[in-house]
Amino acid sequence: MENNIIHYCNIKNNEVFLDGKKLYSGQDGDQFLDFIKGVYKNFELNYPKFYKMDPLCKLAITASSILLDGIDQDIDPDMGLLLSNKSSCYDVDVKHQDSISQGEESYASPANFVYTLPNIALGEISIKYKLRSENSFFIFEGFNPEFMIDYANSMTKLRKSSSVLCGWIEVKENVYNAFMFLVKPEAGLAFTKENLLNLIE
Amino acid sequence: MNLPQNIIPVYVANGNCVTPMGLNLLDNVQGILDGRTAIEQVKDENLQKEPFYGAVINKDWLENAYSKLEYNGDFSTLEKMMLLALEDIVKTYSDHLDDKCGIIFSSTKGNIEALTQDNKEAYFLHYLAKKISKAIGIPSEPIVLSNACVSGIMAISVAKRLIQTGIYNHMIVVGGDLFSKFVFSGFQSFQAISSQPCKPYDKARDGITLGEAAASIFVTQNRDLISSESYYEVIGDSSINDANHISGPSRTGEGLFQSIRNAMQEAKVKSPEIDCISSHGTATNFNDEMEAQAFNRVALETIPVFSLKAIYGHTLGAAGLLETVISLNFADKNLIPPSLGYKDHGLTLPLNINNEIQKKEINTVLKTASGFGGSNTAVLFKKCKSDGK
Repeated sequence: MENNIIHYCNIKNNEVFLDGKKLYSGQDGDQFLDFIKGVYKNFELNYPKFYKMDPLCKLAITASSILLDGIDQDIDPDMGLLLSNKSSCYDVDVKHQDSISQGEESYASPANFVYTLPNIALGEISIKYKLRSENSFFIFEGFNPEFMIDYANSMTKLRKSSSVLCGWIEVKENVYNAFMFLVKPEAGLAFTKENLLNLIE
Repeated sequence: MNLPQNIIPVYVANGNCVTPMGLNLLDNVQGILDGRTAIEQVKDENLQKEPFYGAVINKDWLENAYSKLEYNGDFSTLEKMMLLALEDIVKTYSDHLDDKCGIIFSSTKGNIEALTQDNKEAYFLHYLAKKISKAIGIPSEPIVLSNACVSGIMAISVAKRLIQTGIYNHMIVVGGDLFSKFVFSGFQSFQAISSQPCKPYDKARDGITLGEAAASIFVTQNRDLISSESYYEVIGDSSINDANHISGPSRTGEGLFQSIRNAMQEAKVKSPEIDCISSHGTATNFNDEMEAQAFNRVALETIPVFSLKAIYGHTLGAAGLLETVISLNFADKNLIPPSLGYKDHGLTLPLNINNEIQKKEINTVLKTASGFGGSNTAVLFKKCKSDGK
């Protein structure tokens, strides 16, 4: 059987949706970090490591938690993770770069440096959900539905994973957009470019 | 899980690399055969007041080699390194760079120095990828893989999978990372930089040495295109996360163990059939010990293993690809490269560290890597001979 989209979650424009249903709206004019903290509290994610994370990991862990906790389905232990974005981990990269560009005052913080790789978001999701599974992080100029379809399908066809949690997790300064979706060879919405483009809109 | 049937075989050929040791594969291999290392004492007060050890490319040398290529436009140091690394593939396969030829870039930080400039466009990895794809004439959308220190070897695995499911006929894989203040200062803040040239698996090891490099390889399902005498089939691959810690490996080597086990199952290869292991071997206490745990769990403790980090330093997103290219070229010659810096066994479990160049018939090579974010990758390569077509 071909993969289908089983569930999806969107976090964008100050709002959170699960399977297209609006579950949360932030305060008007919230900056990203205030908004995502509001989401974390509203959904009672109860995962204090959240506060240590860089913006990319905060967005990724929030979107994946809302999706995975909000569905009444067991998580496959070999569910693969396939994330992508445009700006890598830009915000924490700027923070680390600033801290080392202060001349004599330069002082790199290990707590920042450890987040200066985009795939740390995969590590955080894997730790939270105990997923010892396939994982990879890709960068494109914009959301690339063709690639997500090609690579997620190759992971299941080649039996590397039984299902794949895919996502576009983009955050740069106060511009953000998270679209996470679970694909699996069972009944669901057709895993097509058209559907993905509709769902991310 | 049952393995799928009738999978298309995928091959790698025409590996190349640009490192402080040499700006092409032949010079690199000769350097290693001559017993050289690319690691030197570096004096750069912008990075650290006291001299330190690193593997840094001579930029005059790079400019000189790059000026012989015929590209128009303004390219960064890293982009020039990548274009040089790609030159052989671009020439050899010029008739096949069509829309069924994909390209994957592996890099952790790309043009990271762009963050200090007013125009930060070059920071974005897709920007670098598009620029190079356009320069060498690849019409398909470039794919960038940024998966910490496993990126380089994982890129070969991604290419294999996309070819096996019919998306592309061929893929070019190119990886690169620079020796940057960004990364150096970060590892310093972790107190992970070695005070000496790094010593993987040795008792006296005290951390990593950083390096910079670019490397490339051609991945294809069409072995008739390959003109070299030896080339390799990618027979198994897996990348399993430790799900343990974001900046430290699992103490039991769980993710690496599972990655190697999965790759061996796919390849239908048993431990004694593996002729040598090109490991990650960063020379941190935790990494090397974790690898010893994982290799012992799959009964590979007697198989010759080598880390190339004491030759090239840790080249981040290029490392897995560079080390594959070097290891496979040595395998062509039935040689195992030396794991420099190893004298006294510094692990709680046995491993057969190959610290001198050794002659041995090599047919099956295991490449592994592990990195931040709990990432691990294992890929198995099997030698093919052109007369056996």
